[in-house]
Amino acid sequence: MSVSGARAKSARARPARAEPARTEPARVEPAAGASEQIQTTYREAMRAAIRDAMQRDDRVFLMGEDVGRYGGCFAVSMGLLAEFGPERIRDTPLSESAFVGAGIGAAMVGMRPIVEIMTVNFSLLALDQILNNAATLLHMSGGQVGVPLVIRMTTGAGRQVAAQHSHSLEGWYTHIPGLRVLAPATLEDARGMLWTALEDPDPVLIFEHGSLYNAKGMLAADAGAVDIDSAAIRRPGGDVTLIAYGGTLGKALAAAEALEQDGIDAEVIDLRTLRPLDDATIIGSVARTHRAVIVDEGWRSGSLAAEISARIMEQAFFDLDAPVQRVCSAEVPIPYARHLEAAALPQVDGVVAAVRTVVG
Amino acid sequence: MTPPVRPATNLDAAHRLDLLRQMLFIRRFEEKCVELYSGGEIRGFVHLYIGEEAVAVGVNSALTPDDNIVSTYREHGHALVRGVPLDSVMAEMYGKVTGCSHGRGGSMHLFDTSRRFYGGNAIVGGGLPLAVGIALADKMRGQSRVTACFFGDGAVAEGEFHECMNLAALWELPVLFCCENNRYAMGTAIERAQAQTDLAVRAGSYGMPAWPVDGMDVLAVERSAGLAAETVRSGGGPHFLELRTYRFRAHSMYDPELYRNKDEVELWKERDPITALAEQMRAAGELSDGDLASIEDELARAITESVSSARSAPAEDVRDLAKFVYTPRQS
Repeated sequence: MSVSGARAKSARARPARAEPARTEPARVEPAAGASEQIQTTYREAMRAAIRDAMQRDDRVFLMGEDVGRYGGCFAVSMGLLAEFGPERIRDTPLSESAFVGAGIGAAMVGMRPIVEIMTVNFSLLALDQILNNAATLLHMSGGQVGVPLVIRMTTGAGRQVAAQHSHSLEGWYTHIPGLRVLAPATLEDARGMLWTALEDPDPVLIFEHGSLYNAKGMLAADAGAVDIDSAAIRRPGGDVTLIAYGGTLGKALAAAEALEQDGIDAEVIDLRTLRPLDDATIIGSVARTHRAVIVDEGWRSGSLAAEISARIMEQAFFDLDAPVQRVCSAEVPIPYARHLEAAALPQVDGVVAAVRTVVG
Repeated sequence: MTPPVRPATNLDAAHRLDLLRQMLFIRRFEEKCVELYSGGEIRGFVHLYIGEEAVAVGVNSALTPDDNIVSTYREHGHALVRGVPLDSVMAEMYGKVTGCSHGRGGSMHLFDTSRRFYGGNAIVGGGLPLAVGIALADKMRGQSRVTACFFGDGAVAEGEFHECMNLAALWELPVLFCCENNRYAMGTAIERAQAQTDLAVRAGSYGMPAWPVDGMDVLAVERSAGLAAETVRSGGGPHFLELRTYRFRAHSMYDPELYRNKDEVELWKERDPITALAEQMRAAGELSDGDLASIEDELARAITESVSSARSAPAEDVRDLAKFVYTPRQS
């Protein structure tokens, strides 16, 4: 009794919420403007980004397993070998630690490598290089050794490839100071994040959700570099904030559509940059909607969703009308069978149900 | 045709004297470190190179200032002979802002990119991929640098070693792999850790020239490294030197050394690379007591000065704790 009484009291004592942290959304979808639109896919947008970077800067090269003759295990680099040759579209042996470390070494002395790792599960073989070297050298050397490296890798489940090709471990990488971690979820970001990442003087990890490569849509023919600092509000709304990224953005948007039928107006934030997090956009939204549901394909325990939840608690506690909810993957290695895999992952129904618990 | 008359002996003697001076420099620096560590003035892990000086001095002597070096956590010697200023190395031992890594690295992480000295890596085997990448960048840009990569016998058991041997050989990269085989991976003797203790054989299996060198003989090291570096530089692909040496002191500052017997240590001390070269030079009339005394005086003075300058150097402002985590962005 006394506990709930204290809660009620603190809720009443909450500062006036009339003044949201920010009145303007940080970033909204670019309105369809005058520029010519082309139909493309996430895969093609990513390939266009690599081609563009290779053409603009001869220090840029792509290195990884089967990026050349095979065309990339997800066909992202298909055709680039013929265009740029084997020096700059460089097939490597199955040696994640050596070729990721070689990318770090080359970046240290002025190159701008793009290293592709097939999946985040395989990146664990290079974790020593990513953490102990890429993320650490600048600090450990007193600012002398910068590592302007970009590492791209596939993440996530949904393709029935079971427990060693399906995990979402990007949350682990967001734990590490020294790294910038990106999750392009849209065609614009697939096309535009790479160049900005290559211009960044520090190591940048780009996580491409495997379910997105075939995503089709319209993209401005002259689409180019985008910022890699801010989250984007993909759907404005006033009743609840759905926070998603990468592979969960589409599910959050679908949930928002479903909720609209029930008269619930959900705002959907695409985090875009997972480290450093854009607190202002998250907190600004929660200050307007007073409710938050985080949709994260990582496991719940020790997850990125946990970090975001903690930040909302720290920075917007008195704005909340309900506890923050998390929709995460079930705490099992991702199974093969279609129905089991589906049951393990965040789904639209689950997001809708979580929203109902906070709005109800 | 008569060969040109050249003062070969004198030049060579001067060169040998310089090698001796460099080995003594490392030795006296580290002896001072022992003293300072015992007095509590410097802390952390301090891995001494005492006994192994001929390797750093001989290899470095075969390189040019434009070559690259990637080293390990036992790297005081490599840094000093590379020309990383003594004062900045000593200040780093003290964790001062004037240290070569601004007090962020300490003994195990000395860096000086102006001398192409890319650190002090304390993950065994962790520096090898970096050396491969630095060499890859040089090769892609048509530069004729050699990247000398130091690591110990322990690293040969790491997966990264084998990945890097393969990659460097496959891509014919200009890396000079310098394996400092001091016979112990911390406390584990090589026979207890490696199925094949002939390490050059293992590197050779990747198709690169690889051979063992007497790592207690600075002239032999210099000769072998020179030969290898020349071939690496002229596009001959990576080379591997197994430099057979021995550390006279404990693995880190103190360990009870239960894993080896004192007789073995004493036996190796008889092959002290500094004593060996000094005796050879004396026998050839190239070294007098006066020469030696003047080297010792000069080193003692420089090291003493480095200590007082490190003691009085400012510490980093704690408000700058998070400096160097990300590069400051231009707005």
